[in-house]
Amino acid sequence: MGIENLLLGFHVAITPYNLFVAVVGITLGTIIGVLPGLGGANGVAILLPLTFTMPPTSAIILLTSLYWGALFGGAITSVLFNIPGEPWSVATTFDGYPLARQGLGGQALTAAFTSSFVGAFFSIVLITFFAPLLAEIALKFGPPEFFAIQLLTFSSFVGLGGGSPLKSLVSILLGFILAAVGLDIVTGQLRMTFGLVDLMKGFDFIIAVIGLFGIGEILLSVEEGLSFRSARTGMNLRVVLDTWRILPRYARTFVRGSFIGFWMGFKPGGATPASFMSYAFAKRFSKHPERFGHGELEGVVAPETAAHAAGVAAMLPMLTLGIPGSPTAAVMLGGLIIWGLQPGPLLFKERPEFVWGLIASMYTGNILGVLMVLAFVPFFAAILRIPFAILTPVIVVVCAVGSYAVHSNMIDIWYMVIFGLVGYVFKKLDYPLAPLVLALVLGDLAENALRQSLIMSQGSLAIFVTRPIAGAITAVALLFFALPVLTPWWRRLRGAVVPAQGAS
Amino acid sequence: MRIADLVTASFLMLLGAIVVFDASRLGVGWSTDGPKSGFFPFWLGVLLIAACAVILVQAARRAGLAPFVTRAQAGPVLKVLWPAVALVVLTQWLGLYVSAGLYTGFYMRWIGRHSWLAVLALAILFPLATFFIFEKWFLVPMPKGPLEAWLGQ
Repeated sequence: MGIENLLLGFHVAITPYNLFVAVVGITLGTIIGVLPGLGGANGVAILLPLTFTMPPTSAIILLTSLYWGALFGGAITSVLFNIPGEPWSVATTFDGYPLARQGLGGQALTAAFTSSFVGAFFSIVLITFFAPLLAEIALKFGPPEFFAIQLLTFSSFVGLGGGSPLKSLVSILLGFILAAVGLDIVTGQLRMTFGLVDLMKGFDFIIAVIGLFGIGEILLSVEEGLSFRSARTGMNLRVVLDTWRILPRYARTFVRGSFIGFWMGFKPGGATPASFMSYAFAKRFSKHPERFGHGELEGVVAPETAAHAAGVAAMLPMLTLGIPGSPTAAVMLGGLIIWGLQPGPLLFKERPEFVWGLIASMYTGNILGVLMVLAFVPFFAAILRIPFAILTPVIVVVCAVGSYAVHSNMIDIWYMVIFGLVGYVFKKLDYPLAPLVLALVLGDLAENALRQSLIMSQGSLAIFVTRPIAGAITAVALLFFALPVLTPWWRRLRGAVVPAQGAS
Repeated sequence: MRIADLVTASFLMLLGAIVVFDASRLGVGWSTDGPKSGFFPFWLGVLLIAACAVILVQAARRAGLAPFVTRAQAGPVLKVLWPAVALVVLTQWLGLYVSAGLYTGFYMRWIGRHSWLAVLALAILFPLATFFIFEKWFLVPMPKGPLEAWLGQ
């Protein structure tokens, strides 16, 4: 049954138009991933208004391909320029950049791309089999279960996200508050508009993403001076083939990274801890742990495999439950709603050609992606040699265009600038931005689930505990929320000093 | 860093207070058909105030030596920020394309010291390319000003 559906999907994904769309998406995505200040979430947000006129399946293929491209592009900057484009590329810089400094950039890049591909492919295969099962289970979910899952989503940012749990909580609350601004569709009342017409439409997540991640990121990255550093790629077919001959040695690392990535990835914010965890494991089980951090190829393979397995796994909850696992998935979810599709388990029943077309396009997109980046790395790396004084205004203008395109409203460009400043301040003060964006996208859905649950129970919160599935999920969510308080206490109890995770 | 932390948390607390105030206006309790409009925002606001209060206490206790932003860092950040704000202000009067051209040209000359030829070429070609991609290809209209009106667009 699964295979038939997948074949149906390939019929959709392999049409010349959709393959063309995928190539365009990967190219744009890689460029966006390489450019400072423009990450996957941002690129998807800027392109979203352009997809309104496309058929939904082609639109989602364009956006997901862009996402794969951005993931590959992030590896290029990490290895060659020591600039992690995304938080989950940080671990890649530990050994990738030293390798590039030793003139082995080509090797490091080949290893990074190949690992990304292996990790992503592993997750896609698992999604192919697990997504229909999970959707089948999720069909039985009511509002209390969905609210419990939302709770779990946000609790994992607080409990597992690293950084300050309180600041993660503040980010989440702020996202929900921004989402509540404007017309309350249930009662028809205006909330938090204070008589201002411009506030009636509320805050659009696309503009928040462009401001927070785009403008905020540029402001942060220029602190060290108005320039970008550069290095040589040293990439050719010979290097690729030679590296491929070495890579099977790291088979265990590939498998370990894929499992860690998938397991961490379908929980929100999982890609970053997954990459660090995979790196730490690879180092612990290595025969030469002392080489890590000085240019060990395995130190590139481990985090890249896990990060991409996680990045793909983030699509699983988005497709089956309507809960995005990453900011980029959140923006795509917003896209689904705009295209008139109801994200969630029903999508599998109502629009199988969309769901399976998307899943099949993950296969084609990643295969095309790895071949394209391997072939065109020098071209993509050359983008960073464009002078700063040209690149910066171009990026800012593209961000402004993307913001305006959402509603054709001038005020949105102002919001973009304000969100940019907020993003800059929040990043400096360690307030995480991803939960804010997720809360902004999910705000209405979460509130409706809460309201409907409370109506079902006539106002009693016990409904989230007494229903078996909702109760179990709520229990885990509460545990995650309590984790930051429990962990130090638990450590003191054991009287042991637990070494910090990750690498130095 | 410590002062910035305190200011941000205080500001967010104030925001929480505004949210709670507005929520109580709408009603935070139970109406005949379910929770009132203010119910959800009210608890968000209350939690926000509580979380920020703890952050405030934590930040106040900590000795913060590192400044939020050093003078050397603030320079480049402002050099990106104020031209971007200028771009938005100009867009309101001149439309996006003219403003984008002026902004790109100014930035190339001011920061990059590129030759006037390169400045002119890009300041004209970049907005033109944007125009054709967005306005013509994807049919997404951008803000326009007197120049576009004069050209009959």
